[in-house]
Amino acid sequence: MKSAVIVFPGSNCDRDLAVALREVTGRAPAMVWHRTSELPDRVDFIGLPGGFSYGDYLRSGAMAARSPVMRAVADAAGRGVPVIGICNGFQVLTEAGLLPGALMRNAGLNFVCRPAPLRVENSQSLFTSGYSTGEQVVFPVAHHDGNYQADADTLDRLEGEGRVALRYLDAVNGSARGIAGILNDAGNVLGLMPHPERAVEPAHGGTDGRRLFEGLLETVAA
Amino acid sequence: MKARVFVTLKPGVLDPQGKAIHHALEGLGFDGVRDVRAGKLIELDLADGTSDAHIEAMCRRLLANTVIENFRIERLEDAR
Repeated sequence: MKSAVIVFPGSNCDRDLAVALREVTGRAPAMVWHRTSELPDRVDFIGLPGGFSYGDYLRSGAMAARSPVMRAVADAAGRGVPVIGICNGFQVLTEAGLLPGALMRNAGLNFVCRPAPLRVENSQSLFTSGYSTGEQVVFPVAHHDGNYQADADTLDRLEGEGRVALRYLDAVNGSARGIAGILNDAGNVLGLMPHPERAVEPAHGGTDGRRLFEGLLETVAA
Repeated sequence: MKARVFVTLKPGVLDPQGKAIHHALEGLGFDGVRDVRAGKLIELDLADGTSDAHIEAMCRRLLANTVIENFRIERLEDAR
């Protein structure tokens, strides 16, 4: 699987994601700088990493969402290439309009950094085929703006169409309906606040995140 | 020509920052504050003759996230 990790000024989980992808796919991803307007040829998977792109200026993810590389990411997403946005990457995807809703300041105002128990709500997606629906997993969270909000119609539609991929099992950030991760309507774009790439090796304290990348590898290779 | 853009959270969107400011005001002994909403003020220094439509496009494309925010444009025509 040929993957690409987009690097914005202020990204800080790009290397974690690259290590996880290399570990699971056996191939190091291309690291793509945000100013580039083209992605590597025939890329099978694109990852938008966590961090604080542009210092969270204006709104988290707002500047990164308008960078040149995002036009190429949107085109690739439109062609069905799987795209994952983790943490700041999720914020970038909502700001870019590739996912609905917005990520606001945590309801408790505090930066939340801890392992978060989650429930896999839909195991039928490209990204969650390594899990079973209803399964509980633990991924670390580390964010200040993870409070997912959208209007009631959008939330109903996400739930009705099975596009809520992951939900928090306890109160983390005030997200509407406990939403931790959502899919676009085509199912090939996933945004989530928790960090699967930080739960890949036993030394991380848990390996629940590994199956996300393994599942993806299997679906992409198939 | 200068313009100011006021970006505010839409009514009904929870504003944790505003709530915290409200609490702090009460903590300082200021009573009678019913609610606090925090927003942003963005000042633009623009070429003369920049149209309203042009400024509005800037707001929609970048300055405000219209999923959660409203914006209001105030032109300061003679501020030079």
